[in-house]
Amino acid sequence: MAQRVSVNISRRNGASGGAESCPQCKQLLSAVELRDNYSVCPNCGNHFRLSARERVAMLADSGTWNEIAAGLRSADPLQFFDLRPYSERLEEAEYDTGLGEAMIVGSCRIHKMDAVLMVMDFSFMGGSMGSVVGEKFWRACEAAIENRYPLVAVCASGGARMQEGILSLLQMAKTTCAVELLSEVPVPFISILTHPTTGGVLASFATLADVIIAEPGALLSFSGPRVIEQTIKESLPDNFGLAESNLNHGQIDMIVPRSQLKDRLVQILGMLEGGVACALEPLWEEEAGRPGRRGPLAGALGRIKAFANAPWRSLKR
Amino acid sequence: MAELKRLPTLPGVHLKDEIAKITHRLRDLGLSRQVDKAVWDKVELARHAQRPYTLDYIHHMFPGFIELSGDRCFADDAAIVAGLAAYMGRTIMVIGHQKGRDLAARTRRNFGMPRPEGYRKAQRLMILADKFGIPVFTMIDTPGAFPGVAAEERGQAGAISAALLCMARLDVPTVAVIIGEGGSGGALALGLADRVLMLENSIYSVISPESCAAILWKDSSEAHLAAQTLRLTSSQVADLGAIDAVLPEPRGGAHRDHAGAAHIVKEVLEDNLRELEAIRPLDRKRERFAKFRRMGVWKENGLTLF
Repeated sequence: MAQRVSVNISRRNGASGGAESCPQCKQLLSAVELRDNYSVCPNCGNHFRLSARERVAMLADSGTWNEIAAGLRSADPLQFFDLRPYSERLEEAEYDTGLGEAMIVGSCRIHKMDAVLMVMDFSFMGGSMGSVVGEKFWRACEAAIENRYPLVAVCASGGARMQEGILSLLQMAKTTCAVELLSEVPVPFISILTHPTTGGVLASFATLADVIIAEPGALLSFSGPRVIEQTIKESLPDNFGLAESNLNHGQIDMIVPRSQLKDRLVQILGMLEGGVACALEPLWEEEAGRPGRRGPLAGALGRIKAFANAPWRSLKR
Repeated sequence: MAELKRLPTLPGVHLKDEIAKITHRLRDLGLSRQVDKAVWDKVELARHAQRPYTLDYIHHMFPGFIELSGDRCFADDAAIVAGLAAYMGRTIMVIGHQKGRDLAARTRRNFGMPRPEGYRKAQRLMILADKFGIPVFTMIDTPGAFPGVAAEERGQAGAISAALLCMARLDVPTVAVIIGEGGSGGALALGLADRVLMLENSIYSVISPESCAAILWKDSSEAHLAAQTLRLTSSQVADLGAIDAVLPEPRGGAHRDHAGAAHIVKEVLEDNLRELEAIRPLDRKRERFAKFRRMGVWKENGLTLF
């Protein structure tokens, strides 16, 4: 719930406004400069927060994104009302972000490799997980299983959505069950943890992935820094909960800068699907219009496909 | 309102009607800040110092309990107690959060707030139970997982998610009972079970009312109001479909009669285990998944779905 590095990126249109200064090194950056550098500060490497749509544009091959379960909306099961009604907060979030919920899911191609991609958006009520996020996660897993596509989850969340009470807590159980279904196939599942991923999302599907990747400087902790400070009554180390610290303590597999994310993602997915062989051959060879490879990997992939008996592109586009 | 009520009643002035009208309107608007005292009473009962804890239930339910310790990685977490017990002609694995009654015990048990080691111990013993076909019975009673730097460094989030995944995977029957405080992810880590039951005066919530008030009302003294809004009492949680059943407590509450409460849990556990044991492992797992898949309420293209 707490965030340490304040990031102020224009929400709806991404980096399309004028110039802005990097919150970390105060360098003044033009919108074009930022956009061309994956919204990463060229001076200090600070990763600006991306909206879900910007993230999809960055990872999915252009024109291949096909959103699923887009019509899902929260039903406000508790009729929750704090200082303002939850329904009003939802409307406002939808207006501000242009998203129906804190997560969008869809099928796409990543460097010509079919995948199911889900992306969370922190600007939508802190990326919190309620009934809709849980259900969208489940449907994404179903789509991945049906089509034998790997699953990629880009996480950014403050945790469970308080306004849906106990039902939001149980989304942790629901998403965990979905992950278990994936591993029964098995379908490769990679999570990308971005700033910040905390609470119930980190303590459920985000840390259950086969490979866990983090972006540099992302805050990844179960309890927020403020809560811990209040509990132990002392200030925290500077690097508390950051991706780098998590890597040192063995909680994640790797930290990948945004500029290399897409390539690295496809390499890992390919290796998970094709075994060791794929490390030895180039990945992006086109073969009769499909994401083909020659050599041992093509054979391995062919065997998987035959075994899975799933037709290519059976997902409606 | 209070001011209005305090005004001296004068002959010929019908304040009563006015008060009734305003109260009614406030209630209609749903803005009534009158706090339902019954909800907060339940929160306090769930946290009552004399309420039976996991070891009290074990004491009354399983005379031959053998405690097993340690996560085999780092430490033994006293905030989670686990072990084997003989129960109605079979062995079961009992796992539960444990709070302490006096200061020394509270410190040792860390107020029932587990560190990653606790969840890893639970996970280890659930896998052990699965190997020998032993049903798993968990008791949930925690304010939440411990928030601390070292706990984070040792992977608090990962330990909870691993425990959840472990429970999802088990082939043996699983029954969870919320006996006191069901606080957030730290509680749920033992709660992904075939049957999730809740004692009448226990609570189950995504966040403590105090923290919720601090975040949403920007004032932790609004905890009473937050508690009411969160719908965390056993009957409210059951209405939301988040648990399978509410268990009655002995007259006056479980804190008055530990043996009586244990007796009720024991009977219900036996009924549930017998039902679950009659189902084939694969079907049982499928039903467990189907149950958690149904969790939540959402609208799809305008239609509300459960």
